[in-house]
Amino acid sequence: MFKKLAIGAAFALALAPASTFAAGGGEQHIEDFAFSFEGPFGTWDQHQLQRGLQVYTEVCAACHGLRYVPLRDLEALGYSEEQVIAYSAENFEVFDPELDDFRPAIPTDHFPANDAVGAPDLSLMAKARAGFHGPYGLGINQLVKGMGGAEYIASLLDGYTGKEKEEAGTILYENTAFPGGWISMAPPLAEDQVEFADGHPATVEAMSEDVSAFLMWAAEPKMMDRKNAGFVGVLFLTVLSVLLYLVNKRLWAPHKGKARKD
Amino acid sequence: MSGIPHDHYEPKTNGEKWLNSRLPIVGLLYDTLMIPTPKNLNWWWIWGIVLAFCLALQIVTGIVLVMHYTPNEHLAFASIEHIMRNVNGGYMLRYLHMNGASLFFVAVYIHMFRGLYYGSYKAPREITWIIGMLIYLMMMGTAFMGYVLPWGQMSFWGATVITGLFGAIPFVGGAIETWLLGGPAVSNATLNRFFSLHYLLPFVIAALVIVHIWAFHTTGNNNPTGVEVRRGSKAEAEKDTLPFWPYFVIKDLFALAVILVVFWAVVGFMPNYLGHPDNYIEANPLVTPAHIVPEWYFLPFYAILRAFTGEVWVVQIASFVTGGIIDAKFFGVIAMFGAILAMALAPWLDTSTVRSGKYRPMFKWWFYLLIIDFFALMWLGAMPAEEPYATFSLIASAYWFAYFFVILPILGVIEKPLAQPETIEEDFNAHYGKADAEATPAE
Repeated sequence: MFKKLAIGAAFALALAPASTFAAGGGEQHIEDFAFSFEGPFGTWDQHQLQRGLQVYTEVCAACHGLRYVPLRDLEALGYSEEQVIAYSAENFEVFDPELDDFRPAIPTDHFPANDAVGAPDLSLMAKARAGFHGPYGLGINQLVKGMGGAEYIASLLDGYTGKEKEEAGTILYENTAFPGGWISMAPPLAEDQVEFADGHPATVEAMSEDVSAFLMWAAEPKMMDRKNAGFVGVLFLTVLSVLLYLVNKRLWAPHKGKARKD
Repeated sequence: MSGIPHDHYEPKTNGEKWLNSRLPIVGLLYDTLMIPTPKNLNWWWIWGIVLAFCLALQIVTGIVLVMHYTPNEHLAFASIEHIMRNVNGGYMLRYLHMNGASLFFVAVYIHMFRGLYYGSYKAPREITWIIGMLIYLMMMGTAFMGYVLPWGQMSFWGATVITGLFGAIPFVGGAIETWLLGGPAVSNATLNRFFSLHYLLPFVIAALVIVHIWAFHTTGNNNPTGVEVRRGSKAEAEKDTLPFWPYFVIKDLFALAVILVVFWAVVGFMPNYLGHPDNYIEANPLVTPAHIVPEWYFLPFYAILRAFTGEVWVVQIASFVTGGIIDAKFFGVIAMFGAILAMALAPWLDTSTVRSGKYRPMFKWWFYLLIIDFFALMWLGAMPAEEPYATFSLIASAYWFAYFFVILPILGVIEKPLAQPETIEEDFNAHYGKADAEATPAE
């Protein structure tokens, strides 16, 4: 009976999240990149996050902000306090109401918001987008492969076909990952646009993956803590379940005769 | 508590007697915990504890979240990010609260369908059932308003769509909608009142839960056979029952622990799976999301709401007969609330004298079909409102109503039930054999 119940519950969970499915229909192509942070055992690739930060700083930051991400959190990427102080001051200026003027950023500031050209903020982009939810809105793909937000961003950055069209005075670029197929963001990345300190090749695909990983971190900086809590909790509750099972069995034994003969 | 005869609390020491003559609270707790419970309860009877746990979990995590949350249209979204990034353990609190709502609804649906299968709603347990339905309604209201609080795109547009339902009521709808929203559209006033009510309703639910428990402690639990506990004497009742503590407490806690393993894994490893990515975009009244979909637990009724379009002949007749007062939108709203009302009316729609579906050979199949129908509606609720889903939704909605208003009344008349066991003891022994230690009294 309990097995039936467990299967039933699992089934309910599997069917339940029919609430999300990829916007725009089946034409979107979202590549399933193998990110290091995926799955219960996945961890950040610190080098990749650092490369991603570099791509963000040198390319994306021109138009996109990261308003919810505090600069101090960059220490989680393996930088020292001094490095974060230097990085903040070198790269960003924030408006200080006390000075009534702009000043170089310090680690207690957030990455600045950037509304210059109306580009969306990227703080939560990796959680605000998703990969393929289907088939038939059942959510099975995401159950197996993860939500796919970082995959979406990487596919988008790597998904330009090179075609352009003009619509109402705006130039649109064809993109295989964008819902509807045409995006107003010009292809942001070009081969060797960034020079990585670790000598990693700077192909468009590699940079797309790196910055997507960084944005996943930006959206969910506590992911590793969360997975740790997940493991501790699952382990503890499993042990507790076993103990309660034994207590329950022993408790009921005097009231049950020999096991049922089926 | 009246009902099944059992031992009551006897104050022994002078201190106990002193307290008991002033406030018999120990006796009340004793009677509540030691209630004789049918010993043949199966694993479908564990969801009550899971639900109690969910309510406690939601209240505890919720109270802490409120310490860090700001109910303001310009600050709410950022305050959620503050909780996720800066508050110690805040990300766990929020994910527990978020997914706790899903566990709550998984549990309540299984709990309700268990009641529907084993006839727990039938006399004399109608009040328990009705209170349960009220709790369910309150849960839906609470969950809906809670979903608005993060002030994401789905929060905002979900609130717009759902409050719009009340706008469909003829004549007074517009005024009601404005009153609910605190203005002409979803705004800061809406967020504030939803926050206030989201904090209030769980305590109303807690009070109703006490009444729910009070009601079934008066009638005694139903059980898988639907046969009542013998109440002639204490000795007779003891053959059919065991005290709730420790037997069922431990059993239920074991089941709860197993369920929490799954729950904790979801929270730890895939906390956003049941949510919608659009809710990580701050609410924007100027941009409508491509698809506005409610949370999964509302989908079956959302599907019923959308199924009745202006092209359905029933809707056209209703519109014609009422001179256009009941239009397609209002019809959909009536259908949605009617689908929930249908469940509430089950005690009076079911004409069968046999409680448990186990002994109802025809009922069983219609019931299984209802389960399939429920999942089908859940799936259809998430699909776009176009063919073939529209037709499927209509068929699935029709079955939902047919089950309660046609099948349940007719089955009781035409069905030939199977033989039921004479007593709970007989059923229990058939499963587990006669206990060797029958002579030793339960400690």
